[in-house]
Amino acid sequence: MPGESAPRQLALRLERLRSEAAGYAVGQSYWQIARRRFLKHRLAMIGGTVCLLLTLMAVLAPWIAPHTFDRIDLNARWTQPGLTGNVFGTDELGRDVLTRIMYAGRISLVVGYVTAVSISIVGSLVGAVAGFYGGWVDSVLMRLVDMLIAIPLLPLYLILAALIPGGGVGRIVLIFTLFGWTTVARLVRGQILSLKSQDFVEAGRAMGASEARLILRHLIPNALAPVIVAATLTVGTAILSESGLSYLGLGIQPPIPSWGNMLQRAQEYLLKASWLAIFPGLFIFITVLSFNFLGDGLRDALDPRLKT
Amino acid sequence: MQRFLARRLVHGVIILIGLSILMFTLLVLTPGDPVELMAASNPDIRPEDVAMLRQYYGLDDAMYVRYFKWVRSVLKGDLGYSRTYGTPVTKLVVDRLRNTLTLLATSVAVAFTVGVTAGVYSALHQYSATDYVVTVAAFAGLAMPVFWQGIVFILLFAVWLPWFPAGGMMTPGVAPGWPMVLDRLWHLVLPVSVLATSGMASWTRYMRSSMLEVVRHDYVRTARAKGNPERVVINRHALRNALIPIITLIALSVPGILNGAVLTETVFSWPGMGLLLFQAVLGHDYNVAMAVLLFLALMTVIFNLLADLAYGLADPRIRYD
Repeated sequence: MPGESAPRQLALRLERLRSEAAGYAVGQSYWQIARRRFLKHRLAMIGGTVCLLLTLMAVLAPWIAPHTFDRIDLNARWTQPGLTGNVFGTDELGRDVLTRIMYAGRISLVVGYVTAVSISIVGSLVGAVAGFYGGWVDSVLMRLVDMLIAIPLLPLYLILAALIPGGGVGRIVLIFTLFGWTTVARLVRGQILSLKSQDFVEAGRAMGASEARLILRHLIPNALAPVIVAATLTVGTAILSESGLSYLGLGIQPPIPSWGNMLQRAQEYLLKASWLAIFPGLFIFITVLSFNFLGDGLRDALDPRLKT
Repeated sequence: MQRFLARRLVHGVIILIGLSILMFTLLVLTPGDPVELMAASNPDIRPEDVAMLRQYYGLDDAMYVRYFKWVRSVLKGDLGYSRTYGTPVTKLVVDRLRNTLTLLATSVAVAFTVGVTAGVYSALHQYSATDYVVTVAAFAGLAMPVFWQGIVFILLFAVWLPWFPAGGMMTPGVAPGWPMVLDRLWHLVLPVSVLATSGMASWTRYMRSSMLEVVRHDYVRTARAKGNPERVVINRHALRNALIPIITLIALSVPGILNGAVLTETVFSWPGMGLLLFQAVLGHDYNVAMAVLLFLALMTVIFNLLADLAYGLADPRIRYD
């Protein structure tokens, strides 16, 4: 709090301490405390709101878009952005850029969300198995993680995208999941290692729970907090990777618009129509920024020990 | 220390073996083995010739035999021929290696200098206006799509304000000597500022929190209590300790920076390995693409080993296990 006087700062700090102490004293659960902390996180709230608005924009695109996304109007090519007609201008085929951005948002956000979910599932399972069984299973899986972390993934994605046919969302999500689960796996493994010797696991075991049940019902749910944070941040990184691949022409294939492939030819038209280069990228930037804010806020809320 | 390094070395070798298996699998999956290509370009070829050629190239051998043959040829530096250029792939990649390394080294140096400076300043002036601006800028840098930043920079600093070239590595016909060096640097400015952004952003944030962590320690207070000037306390006692975790972080960032390099080189037509990879993938020249991937992965492993070495030197307390 810059600019505050020293006594005021002290008062603020005391107040915070007191409210935190009170929060614990009335016996709130972990999730209640986290929720309260999250709601007080200003940047996270802003980020979360923007994420929500962007998602709404994408979901409602067919109803709120001002034009048809694939309507070609050669008489209206290169219309400059303006408050009337085409807010973000039109492209080389006379299509409305704002409308295309809204539809592209559907693709980019779906890639982000689905990748985040599938990476969380695969990563949690691998991490849980490695942490729970230990020994050679753990060694093999962790060496695999080390290896995947050492590869620059974009070049690998480029090659895979050229090998796997199709230009839709499924292919991209598959590639991202195949090589992107490592972070989550590491986090979950770490959590499981510290959880598995605790009493509730021993109790479960004593009551005859199977190993699968111990992992799926007892260990993974207790290791969920860092997974939620990682998944939120993954939405942003997946959108970044997708846009990079699509920009290079190896991701989502036109005529399906994605924020990345809208920029594919923008550089060519830079002198003629700079708005084509600016707006789709701006949406990628804002989306990723919002998800990062949200993820950071979640981290602060869910894990008070990790302060950045 | 030696034990630590030995373990890391073994670790690196294991990673390389895993990588080679992954790459071999990819190579087998790529369409068009050499014989198929020959057959496609020669309509007179008879099926028995194809069979003979396949046997000659060992394409019908068991997978593990093919794998070991492939590894042996890779170790000898033989990565096959490029379909588009008709030259050995290794030569093609090595020619581009220097351009990529120039771009990378400059970017890492810039990102490190700016990141560390901004992070330390931010930490020492916590909650000041500058701290706030630096933090916001770091967040923005992390969310920036590399290629878009490149396009916007071209628009801003090459089109609207014609200060820098929009692409390429040099002006043809520049006199050797100083004019040439300056010309190269002039071409480096935009690509480097784009490629350095993400590293700068994340290193600033980590440096800030690392520094905040360190200045609370007793030895910093002791250093102050001894009457050292603040500059000495910060530079000699705090900064050196705060830098230790950053070394690992830099090694971890290398794959990400290489990803960025592929996009940066494509946007700025920088004749490096990234651009080569992009063109190779578009031209279905998979030997070249695989070779680039191999080199990039090798670079990451080497960088990681160097970082381990630096880490061991910087922090004598390091123990493995």
